[in-house]
Amino acid sequence: MLDLVWMVPAFPLAGFLILTFGGRRLGEPTAGWLATGAMAGSFLATAGAFYDLTGRDVHDRRSVTTLFEWVPAGDLTVDVGFLADPLSLTMCLFVTGVGALIHLYSIGYMHGDADFRRFFAYLNLFAFAMLMLVLGDNLLLTFLGWEGVGACSYLLISFWFTDEANASAGKKAFITNRIGDWGFMVAIFMTFATFGTVAYVDVLDTTAAGTVATSTATFIALMLFVGAIGKSAQFPLYLWLPDAMAGPTPVSALIHAATMVTSGIYLLTRVNPIIADAADWVPTLIAWTGAGTALFAATIAVAQRDIKKVLAYSTVSQLGYMFLAVGSGAYVAAVFHMITHAFFKALLFLGSGSVIHGMDGDQDMAHYGGLRRFMPITAGTFVIGWLAIAGVPPFAGFWSKDEILAFAWNESPLLWAVGLVTAVLTAFYMTRLVILTFFGRHRYADPRPDEVEDAWAAALAAAEEAVVDAAAAVDAALAASEAETDETDEPAVAEALLAARAAHEAAVEERDGIVASAAERPELPALALYGAPDVGPVADRLPDEVAERSGHHPHESPWTMALPLVVLAVLSVLGGLIQLPFSAATKRLEGWLEPTLFGNEVHLSAGTGTLWILAAIAVAGGALGILVAVAAYLQRRVDHTAFEQPILADAWRFDRLVSNFMGGPGRAGFEATARFDSSVVDGAVESVATMVKAEAGLLRRFHNGLVRTYAAGIGAGAVGLVIWFLSRTSF
Amino acid sequence: MDAAVFLISAAIVLAGAGGVLVARNPVHAALFLVQTLFGVSVLFVLQDATFLAAVQVIVYAGAVVILFLFVIMLLGVDRSEDLGVEPIVGQRPVAAVIGASLLGMLLIALLVSVDGPTGARGANAELGDAADNTRRLGEALFTDYVFAVELTAILLTVAVIGAVVLARRVRGPLAPLPVVVVTSVADDDPQGDEGPTDVAGAPDADTVGEGA
Amino acid sequence: MMVVTTSWYLALAAVLFSMGAVGLLIRRNPLIMIMCVELMLNAVNLTFVSLGSALGDLGGQLSVFFVLVVAASEVVVGLAVVVAIMRRRQGATVDDLSVLGG
Repeated sequence: MLDLVWMVPAFPLAGFLILTFGGRRLGEPTAGWLATGAMAGSFLATAGAFYDLTGRDVHDRRSVTTLFEWVPAGDLTVDVGFLADPLSLTMCLFVTGVGALIHLYSIGYMHGDADFRRFFAYLNLFAFAMLMLVLGDNLLLTFLGWEGVGACSYLLISFWFTDEANASAGKKAFITNRIGDWGFMVAIFMTFATFGTVAYVDVLDTTAAGTVATSTATFIALMLFVGAIGKSAQFPLYLWLPDAMAGPTPVSALIHAATMVTSGIYLLTRVNPIIADAADWVPTLIAWTGAGTALFAATIAVAQRDIKKVLAYSTVSQLGYMFLAVGSGAYVAAVFHMITHAFFKALLFLGSGSVIHGMDGDQDMAHYGGLRRFMPITAGTFVIGWLAIAGVPPFAGFWSKDEILAFAWNESPLLWAVGLVTAVLTAFYMTRLVILTFFGRHRYADPRPDEVEDAWAAALAAAEEAVVDAAAAVDAALAASEAETDETDEPAVAEALLAARAAHEAAVEERDGIVASAAERPELPALALYGAPDVGPVADRLPDEVAERSGHHPHESPWTMALPLVVLAVLSVLGGLIQLPFSAATKRLEGWLEPTLFGNEVHLSAGTGTLWILAAIAVAGGALGILVAVAAYLQRRVDHTAFEQPILADAWRFDRLVSNFMGGPGRAGFEATARFDSSVVDGAVESVATMVKAEAGLLRRFHNGLVRTYAAGIGAGAVGLVIWFLSRTSF
Repeated sequence: MDAAVFLISAAIVLAGAGGVLVARNPVHAALFLVQTLFGVSVLFVLQDATFLAAVQVIVYAGAVVILFLFVIMLLGVDRSEDLGVEPIVGQRPVAAVIGASLLGMLLIALLVSVDGPTGARGANAELGDAADNTRRLGEALFTDYVFAVELTAILLTVAVIGAVVLARRVRGPLAPLPVVVVTSVADDDPQGDEGPTDVAGAPDADTVGEGA
Repeated sequence: MMVVTTSWYLALAAVLFSMGAVGLLIRRNPLIMIMCVELMLNAVNLTFVSLGSALGDLGGQLSVFFVLVVAASEVVVGLAVVVAIMRRRQGATVDDLSVLGG
């Protein structure tokens, strides 16, 4: 069965080809079922290979299946082959498993979309690329998958490309990834230069034997780290991930939570011998980058209002944890967290997709609230995901996060402290998200700030009009009283004038009153957590949409969307079982991954007692985060606006910094490069032509057709010949 | 004795050559050419090449120059070119340089060499004295070089035929010779846009009605 | 009196040749240009004869014989060409034949 490991990527590839070339006949929902079937087939093939591999002896768990020779270029030969070992098959399992669930989910989510078939074609293509990345037996094949997932990410983020913002988000993702890809490419070049091959088996075995110079290993490790930063959205190349939320939610779940963003960690885990051989500051750099990014992203997630943006920053933060683990030498912990994160993050994203689907596309949490009454399944599974990510035992996230924190403590207590603060923040903002979405009062029908503004403006306008009318009435009465004729009824006219004057005064007073109350009116809260906002006197001037919304009822999602949620919830509960830290027997993942680690896994030096204390502190921190969020958002004990600082909502303005740089000095640099290219490079080529032309222009003057010129030429030639002969004689 | 004859002949030769160079009238030039040919003939005699001296006078001076004169008469005697003007810029200096360098190098080659010209004898017949010259020449020509002689006969025949064909009149009016602007080497006409500008020349009077 | 050596003849031939070359470049009348060519040929003939007599070889005179024949036929054909081209117009010179220019 291991020989058939090539079927794992073949299924989604076949799915992609059929969907692309299958024509319009494959409409909804056949295309979706076909794609899901392909992923399911891939999962079954992976399961088969997995079963086969478990049957092998521990030291024999590495199987390379070569399909054909891909690049026979002199010294460089690269084959298309698949490396089935514990690490790659583990990745494949959750990629295909979670991928299949997400495909099923998408059938319901993308229902009614005009580009249904194209979506599933891209999803299958993505799965193919991801599986090639994971299963490839050499760096070049991994790079093929790497680029493939980048391209598919672009295609899927800008799936609804008719909207300019979506297209830009796709471009941003692709370009930011490109920077990382450069690092990867340089690493491949250096690897080939050093080892003469790019196949993992040869490179890693050679490195593990200890024959590689530290500087070379440092360089390769660093370049691969650059690639990983780009793909796994660490600082400073994380900018694309929040923007990537412009794509459909299943895309966010699959690509930007469970699979593509984990490629960086997979790569670093795969080349752990090289990292082990590199200079000591390289893993430290990796760890600090991860920890820093985790904290950075967690602070931003606290103040976001878009539900998907919170989850996006949360993903960046959790990926930071995985890098922290890799940098601390805890590869098993990184992979463990990768697996559990795939489960609960995919669950959270799909849950949010369900919410968005039920709320007809509205992603602003200010309009949510109390949805658990309307969407019980979504709410229930979402709560499980929340508990997992917040690190509440016994859910999966607790075990994996705790393991990472333990190894962080082993590396440096400061790293552990950063990780702990991040964990507290994680619990806080996830609780905030859950409360705002599923608990509290349903805020959808509340009037929104812009609507209230419109109401005040309408009231003011009406009052102004009343004043104008009253003034006109006064003028009319005045005119009537002055136009004295015999038929005028003096007392009546005088009375009318008085009445008109009084009415005018009343109108002016009313208008002034409205102006005063408008000036004094309180600021509307961004989140009306505790009651509907009091709009005061303008309640009846609100636009019609407000009334329409009060009749709106969010609906639960169909079974194609609910089933994956339930499955992922179960996995989020049980996922911790694969690596329980109690004894060597329960540390199943560690034992399973051992052949791929070449002994580079760091051993904890802390005693069990210390570990228990650390775990307790982590749980306490998580509980603290939850309690503070509950106090702020559910009860009224803490003012929630203190946490939602504008600078956090603005993501520390880093994005703007980058755009300003790119627009300013960056653009100058680009234009200089373009000018260099057109003037120097092109100019060099053109100058050859120009020189030829100039020389020809000079020489053509001798071709004037005059006999005597030619005779002079012959004479000169004759003189030359004589000189030459003379020079060859001796006197 | 020989020296005096040589010097006088040399003077005649060079004077004639100079005359060819500067004579404005082509007939004068032809006559100067005859003078040179005679001088050269004398020099041949001085070297015991009597046959060649005779042939030089008979063929060169007697036939070729006559041919020249015929053509001059055909093309108009009263033409004379203006030697004061040189339309091609730089031609005269170039000519001077070429002539001077040719002369210089030839003289160097001839006179600087220590032993004088050092050639090797060919496998030809011995050179005899003046009286014997014709016989020896004839023997050599018609035994060793008879093939070459036949070829020259063919050459002459071809030349005659060629001359007849080239110089014959064509039927019908002739196209006029285009008037061209004489350009020099230094003229700046890189595009060659200025081609020969046409001027309708008068057709030759004697082409009308004449058959070949 | 000095003895006339071969060098004298050769020197004279050199001068004659140079003068012919210069004349060829200077003159514009085609007939005179051909005459200058004749001058050069005569210089060559003189050289051949001188060297032949210096070496005691008949080859020099034989070469002159052939040169003479070829020169004659060359003049014939050349003049025919000149006639063919130049009969069109009075006062034509070789400078008018720059159709091949460019």
